[in-house]
Amino acid sequence: MKTISVLSFSFIIGAVILITSCGQMGDNGKSALSSNIAEKVYIAPGERDEQYGFLSGGYSGNLTVYGLPSGRLFKEIPVFSQFPTSGYGYSEETKPMLNTSFGFVPWDDLHHPDISQTNGELDGRWIFVNGNNTPRIARISLSTFETEEIIEVPNSAGNHSSSFITENTEYVVAGTRFSVPVPQRDMPISEYKSNFKGALTFISVDPEHGHMDIKFQLLMPGFNYDLSHPGRDKSHGWFFFSTYNTEEANTLLEVNASQNDKDFIAAVNWKKIEAYVNNGGGSKVQAKYAHNVYDESTHTATSTMLEEVLTVDPSEVPGAIYLLPTPKSPHGCDVDPSGQYIIGSGKLSADLTVHSFDKMLAAIDAQKFDGDAYGIPILNYEDVLAGTVSSGGLGPLHTEFDGRGNAYTTFFISSEVVKWKLGTWEVVDRKPTYYSVGHLMIPGGNSRKPHGKYLVAMNKITKDRYLPTGPEMEHSAQIYDISGEKMELLYDFPTHGEPHYAAGCDADLIVNNSKKIYRLDENNHPYAIKSPAEARVEREGNEVHIYMSTIRSHFTPDNIEGIKVGDKVYFHITNHEQDFDVPHGFSMIGQGTSEILVMPGQTKTSLWEPKRVGVWPFYCTDFCSALHQEMQGYVRVSPADSKLELSWSLDE
Amino acid sequence: MVVIALVMACTPPAANETASSEVVSHPKGQASVSDDVSDKNILQVAMTSEDHTTLVAAVEAAQIENVLVNAGPLTVFAPTNDAFAGLPEGTVENLLKPENKSDLATILTRHAAPGSYDLDALKKEASKGRKLYMATGDYLEVQVDGDKITVGGAIVLATIPTSNGIIHVIDRVISTN
Repeated sequence: MKTISVLSFSFIIGAVILITSCGQMGDNGKSALSSNIAEKVYIAPGERDEQYGFLSGGYSGNLTVYGLPSGRLFKEIPVFSQFPTSGYGYSEETKPMLNTSFGFVPWDDLHHPDISQTNGELDGRWIFVNGNNTPRIARISLSTFETEEIIEVPNSAGNHSSSFITENTEYVVAGTRFSVPVPQRDMPISEYKSNFKGALTFISVDPEHGHMDIKFQLLMPGFNYDLSHPGRDKSHGWFFFSTYNTEEANTLLEVNASQNDKDFIAAVNWKKIEAYVNNGGGSKVQAKYAHNVYDESTHTATSTMLEEVLTVDPSEVPGAIYLLPTPKSPHGCDVDPSGQYIIGSGKLSADLTVHSFDKMLAAIDAQKFDGDAYGIPILNYEDVLAGTVSSGGLGPLHTEFDGRGNAYTTFFISSEVVKWKLGTWEVVDRKPTYYSVGHLMIPGGNSRKPHGKYLVAMNKITKDRYLPTGPEMEHSAQIYDISGEKMELLYDFPTHGEPHYAAGCDADLIVNNSKKIYRLDENNHPYAIKSPAEARVEREGNEVHIYMSTIRSHFTPDNIEGIKVGDKVYFHITNHEQDFDVPHGFSMIGQGTSEILVMPGQTKTSLWEPKRVGVWPFYCTDFCSALHQEMQGYVRVSPADSKLELSWSLDE
Repeated sequence: MVVIALVMACTPPAANETASSEVVSHPKGQASVSDDVSDKNILQVAMTSEDHTTLVAAVEAAQIENVLVNAGPLTVFAPTNDAFAGLPEGTVENLLKPENKSDLATILTRHAAPGSYDLDALKKEASKGRKLYMATGDYLEVQVDGDKITVGGAIVLATIPTSNGIIHVIDRVISTN
């Protein structure tokens, strides 16, 4: 018997060694090739990813599109920044997109993408993003993957608790991070308290075209409004905003905004306010803000300066807004798929605070308040609390959901993702991130039906994760498989700019709607030409308009004479290709803007202001064809007082 | 047994077997791209033409489908079935044999010119005395006689613009002679 037991013991040891040797060698994924982890992210050549990930580019001003689980970068979509790759913000058609009440602002800090929804589920039509710096909201088409619309948000500053949408995309919501004087005026900063306002802006979205219009601005007390999320399902009709600096400090916030033990999550019954303004409520006040719309049919954006906005003082609509005490300067304000739980991540805390929507309604019904802030009722913390997640981590920021009753929260300071159970508040798993994770994204995680297979953790610090590239490293992201009980680290990839939040969805929702070409016969650009026979050059004073076409592999015309120093020369280029993925580019020597990339069927315009006499070449910047290097032309520039008539030709 | 099971479980599955068995003589290329939105390319147009079944069979036998869907641009002179039928008896059958794939590809390539030459461009070739450079390196003469245009002796019967070039339907197979 003794011998047998020794034998079994050695078998057990053997088994343990084997388990270890084919395991993950810790959480670093370094032995991925020796396990099946590599297969989970490996997309064979020619195969396609399961999901799209849209990561904000932060200070790049742009949105990046990735495939999941491979982490491959597919596209950078220019939104708030000029982008030479396509000519966005440089072409005459797209310059108006970057117009604001401050003039042309060619940059912003893009933060929080959110995909449009119908009945609380992602519908894959548009993605909304916010410009944090010069407050703007943009709408991007998920058919063309182009920015179609940008609306400026007046009375806002540090447009951070944005751009989250309600569950039928009725509204995209933009909350100010910095409270400011409303209207703006010359006043002492020290008089901040009780004078500054925090505007929460509800922008309606036209259900057919997606066009945005500011429905109303709620002028809240002068707190900092950090993040927000819509109620959904049972809490549809409400919106929740985290606040900090309820102290209303105006200096050294790192100390002065951390004095109160609790700040608030503001619960806003937007349906009630909507009804109020629909019945004529609210005050129209003067405001200046730009509304920029890109028309796919004319391939041209227009910018309109608006002069007025409808504001609502919370005291005008009793019963529409309540404050839920939430510990320690909450950052993330996330709502679970059922709409029942509102999670506040007190970023200076170890614990998460979960509020109950039902308990909130009951407390409101019972009129149980703990005072008010500028007339807005404050509910009792204990009355609305559903539970507390004792995480064991430090610095919680954001929570997403898998649709199976689990929540996942990032912890910046302890650099980890913690998985916990909704309802029991029990922590069931935790995995380190590399390093100091900010945001996380589960495709569909901000909806009634998360597509919960992968989790992407977006980190703020990269350090030694990749080959070094000088002092600045692109931010790292890690992808985890969350289909099992325990999270499994699969892969690590660099991101572009600084992702603040992301959105994702199953690929099926988008692939079949992705546009391949623009129909030339539907091109309504005023300077489009439908046939090379229409190519011409026209002079209006010192403005010269060149109607030019491209098709593999030439420009029509490609020899132009009669241009003079001091002219403003507009190259209006229509790409006559009707073939997917065959753009032509255009660039001109001495061009003060950028090249432009013209999609099949599209017209784009590049302005050139010749400064020197000579014969100057232009060429196609996109390797379009076997004869791409032959795709070029010349412009003869004569002195300003030259009498040479305009002429143009191709192969004459 | 437990140990063995564990060993089995962490042995990578016999992957790549499917991948290697999929390696066929004719690698999947751009011709397999599915796109019902763009205008039709040269190959797609040819494949829908009843008058060009021999040409399409020859393109497939020579395995040059990917060339005809490439960004090009190409101008393809497409002999009709009758044109192929006019060749000496047995010629086509012989060329379609696998061992003659290379010869067949050369013959077909002589019917393709890099660049987009529509009818006006062909006329300009003639009027400027330029010869048409074919993908094989041959230069073909373009002649215009009233409405009749010939290229390398073949008469242009019809012209079809495509997404990646031009097809001119011709009445005979162009030979080096």
